[in-house]
Amino acid sequence: MNIIVCIKQVPNTISVQIDSGTGRLKRDGVESIINPFDEYAIEEGLRIKERVCGKVTVVTMGPPQAETALREAIAKGADEAVLVSDRAFGGADTLATSYTLSLAIKAIGSYDIIICGKQASDGDTAQVGPGIAEMLNIPHVAYVKKIESIDNKSIKVERMMEDGYDLIESQVPVLLTVVKEINNPRIASLKGKMIAKKAVIKILDAVAIGADIKKTGLNGSPTQVMKIFTPPQRAGGEKFTGEARDVAAALVKRLSDIGIV
Amino acid sequence: MANSMKVLNDKCVGCGICASTCPFGAISVVERPEHIEHTKKFKLAVIDLNKCTYCGTCTQTCKFNAIELKKDVPQFGVDKSLYNGVWVYAEQRHGEIASVVYELLNEGKRLANKLGTSLAAVLIGDNIKSKAQDLINRGADKIYVCDDPVFIEFQDDPYTAILTQLIEKEKPEIILMGATNIGRSFASGVVARIHTGLTADCISLEIDTETRNLQQTRPAFGGNIMATILTPGHRPQIATVRHKVFKEAKVEKKRKGEIIDFKFDSQTLINRTKFLGFIKDTSVAVNIGDADIIVAGGRGVGKAEGFKLLEELADILGGAVGASRAAVDSKWIPYSHQIGQTGKTVSPKVYIACGISGQIQHTVGMSSSDIIIAINKDASCSMMQTATYALEGDMYKILPNIIREIKSVSRSD
Repeated sequence: MNIIVCIKQVPNTISVQIDSGTGRLKRDGVESIINPFDEYAIEEGLRIKERVCGKVTVVTMGPPQAETALREAIAKGADEAVLVSDRAFGGADTLATSYTLSLAIKAIGSYDIIICGKQASDGDTAQVGPGIAEMLNIPHVAYVKKIESIDNKSIKVERMMEDGYDLIESQVPVLLTVVKEINNPRIASLKGKMIAKKAVIKILDAVAIGADIKKTGLNGSPTQVMKIFTPPQRAGGEKFTGEARDVAAALVKRLSDIGIV
Repeated sequence: MANSMKVLNDKCVGCGICASTCPFGAISVVERPEHIEHTKKFKLAVIDLNKCTYCGTCTQTCKFNAIELKKDVPQFGVDKSLYNGVWVYAEQRHGEIASVVYELLNEGKRLANKLGTSLAAVLIGDNIKSKAQDLINRGADKIYVCDDPVFIEFQDDPYTAILTQLIEKEKPEIILMGATNIGRSFASGVVARIHTGLTADCISLEIDTETRNLQQTRPAFGGNIMATILTPGHRPQIATVRHKVFKEAKVEKKRKGEIIDFKFDSQTLINRTKFLGFIKDTSVAVNIGDADIIVAGGRGVGKAEGFKLLEELADILGGAVGASRAAVDSKWIPYSHQIGQTGKTVSPKVYIACGISGQIQHTVGMSSSDIIIAINKDASCSMMQTATYALEGDMYKILPNIIREIKSVSRSD
């Protein structure tokens, strides 16, 4: 079974801080990590491989530095890694990204399952996974919290919804986006790290995937950023200290004044 | 195609404002190389084009007009004059209209009025026509009803196909959908088919009446920055909108509107998935996305039993129980309650954080709550510092007192 996992390198939100003076995002020395949701996607890919045999290929679209994320995935057990990188891909919105990644996946070869994290922690759109499925003309199931069964023809999954979960069966090939609940990602072994160090990362550019550069990057993006700004910081409010009974009474009085209770 | 982004070396003074503003970390300030001279200036900004997304933030903030952005985006989009009207996707699940729909109808009406056009709602389901009047009463002028047994439960294939067909036939200029699991799952498929722009998770919408462009503002980087997004050359402009950011449209009984049965050939709706069943989450009395009040617990709760106390408070307030990742990972409460980066994003009227220190991975999921109440032993933690009301002390002592107080207040009403 050929399993493809799409990942994204993102800035680590823990280290993203707001400069209190300027109210702006401080980006100095912010480390890059694999998008947290993609860790679950990688793990699920590895688990499917262990369950039914197969090969896990991780793919990412990004600048040359994104190679680090791919090596991390190899260290955890992915078999192959592909970096989709070209200046013509810069400034892509979710539609252009879906287009580019779908062509890259076609260029990689045959696939049965494509797994993505539910969304990336920097953009938070959750749009690229379903977009790729559409461009590859395969079905997708989003918010998967469990794979109940899988074979060469079909897959049964639990899809997390706001009020519970749906049980969905899909044809294979299929694209899944996964939520945190699906597994506990493993930590890379020392041996894995050694393998990752030496692994050859395949690089695909616009020509290699046969992309029409009118449809990639900024040119291929129907959405455009008009402006970016920092939201006003939340200022601290009223503090209550003292005996539990008194602070509780003071709070309930406030809530009652504004009509909450 | 030539998008260019460059620093004008003769104007740049190396002040570094652009570097600290760039949301993508693409600009650094370096020592000015000898061959690029400038009297008295020793530093220079350099843009890493591999990271640059041409968003233009730096050009707006540079005080010296030293950064030049040329976008050469072919506007090969569509003839925008063919597109008219604002639509709301009237999401339903198990035959019930999602409450976000009423909020979208309110905002959609405002946008439609501004554009001088009509507001329509799209209802997709099985035996769902009876809900149409409800949507008219909430402000919709027209309801497109797509009724078929295949739509009884949400599945991406048939829903994507029918909405695409309807858009291609009727050509609306704006479509608003809830940023729910359903909305986010199939909106992306729809835009991939009709090739237009989709902006996720919007929290504010505005219209430029001249261009009829929808200015869609959404948080990014976990709410650390806001971005306003346009779909200038394509139509329709599609946005998914966060729950609870707009007020629900008021009910105007027996309001007049047009109900249109959309005729389609169900043979054209291929379906590659099968719906096998729904299992309700019984631990969720009130859906945390819908709740006006959330009582959430973190590491400071200390044990699974502690959540009983939170539940009790949530019950009397008619709210829901949430949790931080630490509490979920400790198995005190199921994942469906998790709020934050790897959980849900909520924006209730009141968020009561018990024993939650307020790490950014948690706050990104709740920072847009109207009122935040923090209860914590550690007055210096960031949740206590930013809360509207910060109560210092032991939650096991404070919560029972709050519960008792509320009960006595409601009795005296």
